Amino acid sequence: MASLVGSRVERKEDKKLLTGRGKYTADVTFAHQTYAYFVRSPHARAEIKKVDISKAEKSSGVVAVLTGKDIVNDKIGGLIAGWRIKSEDGSDMKVPAHPPLASETVNYVGDHVAVVIAESLDEARNAAELVKVDYKVLKAVVDTADAMKSDQIYKDIPKNLCFDWLLGDRAKVKEAFDKADKIIKIDLINNRVIPNAMEPRAANADYNPSTEEITLYTTSQNPHLARIIISAFNGVAPENKLRVIAPDVGGGFGSKIYPYAEEVVCSWAAKKIERPIKWVADRTESFLSDCHGRDHVTHAELAVKNDGTFLGFKNETIANIGAYASVFGTVTPTYLFGPCATGVYKMPAAYTNVKAVYTNTAPVDAYRGAGRPEATYTIETLVDKAARELGIDPAEIRMKNFPTQFPFQQTLVHSVDSGDYVAGLNKAIEAADYKGFEKRKRESEAKGKLRGIGLCTYFEACGIAPSPVVMMLGCGIGLWESAEVRFNPTGNVTVFTGSHSHGQGHDTTFAQIAADQLGVPIENIEISHGDTDKGPFGYGTYGSRSLTVGGTAIVKACDKIIAKGKRVAAKMLEASEDDIEFKNGEFVVAKSNKKKTIGEIAFACYLPGTYGEVKSPLPEGEEPGLKETSFFDPVNFSFPAGSHICEVEVNPDTGETAVVKYTAIDDFGTIINPLVVEGQVHGGLVQGIGQALYENCHYDQSGQLVTASYMDYTMPRADNFPDFNLGFTCTPATSNPLGTKGCGEAGAIAAPPAVMNAVMNAIGTEISMPATAEKVWKACKENKKTNSKAA
Amino acid sequence: MKTFNYHSAKDVKEASKLSSSKSAFLAGGMTTLPSMKLGLASYNDLINLKNIKNLSGIKVSGKTIKIGSTTKHAEVSQSKEVKKAIPSLAALAEGIGDPQVRNRGTIGGSIANNDPAADYPSACIALNAVIHTNERKIEAEKFFKGMFETALKTGEIIEAVEFEIPKKSNYQKYPNPASRYAIVGVYVAECKSGVNVAVTGAKSCVYNDKNLSSALSKNFSSSAIDGIEISSSGMNSDIHASAEYRANMVKVFTKKAVEAC
Repeated sequence: MASLVGSRVERKEDKKLLTGRGKYTADVTFAHQTYAYFVRSPHARAEIKKVDISKAEKSSGVVAVLTGKDIVNDKIGGLIAGWRIKSEDGSDMKVPAHPPLASETVNYVGDHVAVVIAESLDEARNAAELVKVDYKVLKAVVDTADAMKSDQIYKDIPKNLCFDWLLGDRAKVKEAFDKADKIIKIDLINNRVIPNAMEPRAANADYNPSTEEITLYTTSQNPHLARIIISAFNGVAPENKLRVIAPDVGGGFGSKIYPYAEEVVCSWAAKKIERPIKWVADRTESFLSDCHGRDHVTHAELAVKNDGTFLGFKNETIANIGAYASVFGTVTPTYLFGPCATGVYKMPAAYTNVKAVYTNTAPVDAYRGAGRPEATYTIETLVDKAARELGIDPAEIRMKNFPTQFPFQQTLVHSVDSGDYVAGLNKAIEAADYKGFEKRKRESEAKGKLRGIGLCTYFEACGIAPSPVVMMLGCGIGLWESAEVRFNPTGNVTVFTGSHSHGQGHDTTFAQIAADQLGVPIENIEISHGDTDKGPFGYGTYGSRSLTVGGTAIVKACDKIIAKGKRVAAKMLEASEDDIEFKNGEFVVAKSNKKKTIGEIAFACYLPGTYGEVKSPLPEGEEPGLKETSFFDPVNFSFPAGSHICEVEVNPDTGETAVVKYTAIDDFGTIINPLVVEGQVHGGLVQGIGQALYENCHYDQSGQLVTASYMDYTMPRADNFPDFNLGFTCTPATSNPLGTKGCGEAGAIAAPPAVMNAVMNAIGTEISMPATAEKVWKACKENKKTNSKAA
Repeated sequence: MKTFNYHSAKDVKEASKLSSSKSAFLAGGMTTLPSMKLGLASYNDLINLKNIKNLSGIKVSGKTIKIGSTTKHAEVSQSKEVKKAIPSLAALAEGIGDPQVRNRGTIGGSIANNDPAADYPSACIALNAVIHTNERKIEAEKFFKGMFETALKTGEIIEAVEFEIPKKSNYQKYPNPASRYAIVGVYVAECKSGVNVAVTGAKSCVYNDKNLSSALSKNFSSSAIDGIEISSSGMNSDIHASAEYRANMVKVFTKKAVEAC
């Protein structure tokens, strides 16, 4: 049987998803269903004086109106920050209370104040308008850079500072800077973006009073985590009485890793009213209440020698984490950001200092790439600036500072097991026709356009495991992954994974892996995920971790199946276990033609009895059945890397900027399915280019979200992009048997600096993201003025 | 959405009779229905005009094209007659919204709504359109009064829009990158009486830029407007484009339209 790993198997799940046969949370309706509508704060910051629900309660169709007081009375716990970060001075981070329904203060527009539950959504919404909340409006803190100097939002949190964190060695950096020929400095804003998963968040909670069980359907990347948080921290129900199902989920990009207030409230309230409660966010609710991404203000410096050698690096960042510390909100700007701050380069000394600030805006948490895009944007635009100021070609300065020996001990944390950055950049230079750029630039100029080229060479740390490391860094849990491989008696297979697919194509790639390991046709393998009552506990999907951690767990579980299969085959074939070889789905006795297929072995495992002439096929002491579980914890993170080259054409009269050429050469280690990987790269690129050119979350000074619909929030669209030129290099990861590294976030990490370096190369001026037409036009106009003055 | 009474009118007379200050006429519903769903608008009565015969259709006479008010954008964009007589009008219709909008939205609905960033009002101004209602004929210049405001009175229903067939014309739009409505749209048409430069998106209401129009009437070439300064005063300013940027785009897009004529 030919190996499926590495082949372009079409996505098994697409027929269902593309023909409207998927089953999403909003598609689930229970008997006696009720509908929830949340009363949300219209103010960015206010004290709640009084909540009057008397009129709403009497409104037509209303079943219940619940407020923050009910949450307090029922002792429902608050939403949590999952990662404890310590400040440079050793103190713990400061975290405000985050109740599922606010009773004392509201801290961003969209903060949840009350819930109205009614027989229909319209009735719930109409009654919500009758909930009268008296607010004392307070001055909002909105701006990231000014947050520490603004009004104090929480009584116990001076300067609105969650933590002031340091990674690296300030003294060593000072020494390096003292020796430098030149210091390159840059000030950057990493613009806040809104995730915009295609499917809005939703929850449907059903309570069975006779068994006291809650079943919660929800749009989660991580149903097991949702269950443990809602049980252990919110105290809604014990884990054994809470089943969380994340059925088909339409994208997450990080925003659906953890439970929000709405899931907690629906589960708790369903138990209270003893009826199922469904809530589906409308699009504006998604804009307001999904956790946002990025939002950094950074000052960075690079110490260099005149020949382009890097000596030292410092990064001083203010990270806006919004009104509350979300589950991954504190790790994103620290351990997912700082260790990657020095990029793919040899950097003798470095530090990253992050001040995380609270503001009256939606919480900020992981968004595709989480911390690594912010790190990469800083170092890659700084390296380009160094190249400009030193008069060295941007490709050359990168080559000069690449490590060539692996494992490579990176400056701040990671030991990068494998990579070949030189080969990657060379391949990208070739594929992008880097040398032909000047000719293309002249052609553009002949049409009255400016053309620019930009590079980004990146690496990222993926997998978010090993568990001992992440726990040492402050994570409240270990982030291994589980798999269960279950043979059915007739020889087909169901694989349960603790990870979750919400667009990634696990049904296909995981089946390819199991098919290769077990020698079973891919059509006979189903992948099951997303139900806490089915598979073993797992940690879900994010951080480009599912294949390297979850996929490996499948391999390990398959190994155990094969080991048992060998014992059974030995008995059945009357051979020694040591003489049994497993190949292409068959257990063969060495140097003979005696063999049993894995299907025959599975059948035998389920028919273990002895009856008359029939003797049990199982060795003595062997349990019947064929099902194995594995929990895999890797020895290291995985480190995808790559070289991206972008070309843009700018119309100086209008500032319109078009990406005309984009080349991405990535090293994801072993590739299981190139079709799926290319899709992942495309998705990442459009989100990365989206951040660079179009997307921007805009709060006004009073904390109102101006970009709360698609009328004002610019999503990138297909006609904004050229055909992407993709290619791969491969240095297998050594930390997992598949050799995979992860691919989901790469595009979103590499594209913003590649695009912005190209824009700045075209117009000759530094500008901030997003490089909107008006911003580019203004820069072009300024340049024209300066140039004509100079002439 | 608040509850409302739904009426399907047989003819214009019935529709007009049903209307009040608390009603809305429904054609494509491309603005009315989302506004109601979002709670931005509510009506006691919604009066559907789509089942009224004779309100839809395209007629070309020697000098004009008359388009019935419930004619959909897709019908205008695909009409052989329109493509032949005023290709820029067919192109404008092709550039409105997306296929779903073009197959529901109507010309009458668009101009009655008079969104400051809508496309059709600029065509009406540039092509000296006459708006035929159940009560009178209104010249386009007098029809568009201000932001979302027209000369229509309660109970007055647009029956058709009659466009002059110009010697040459072109419409150029710089779409808002988010909504793809016009940040600036410029419709240039050389008509019998002279050149019109109708601008949408830039101000609170569509307008005819008299300076650009008269310069181009004298010399129909893009260089003819080189010396004209477009004032940003009165122009819209929002997170997508400042007044200054819009002023620049009016000029750039006028040139683009002239060159494409």
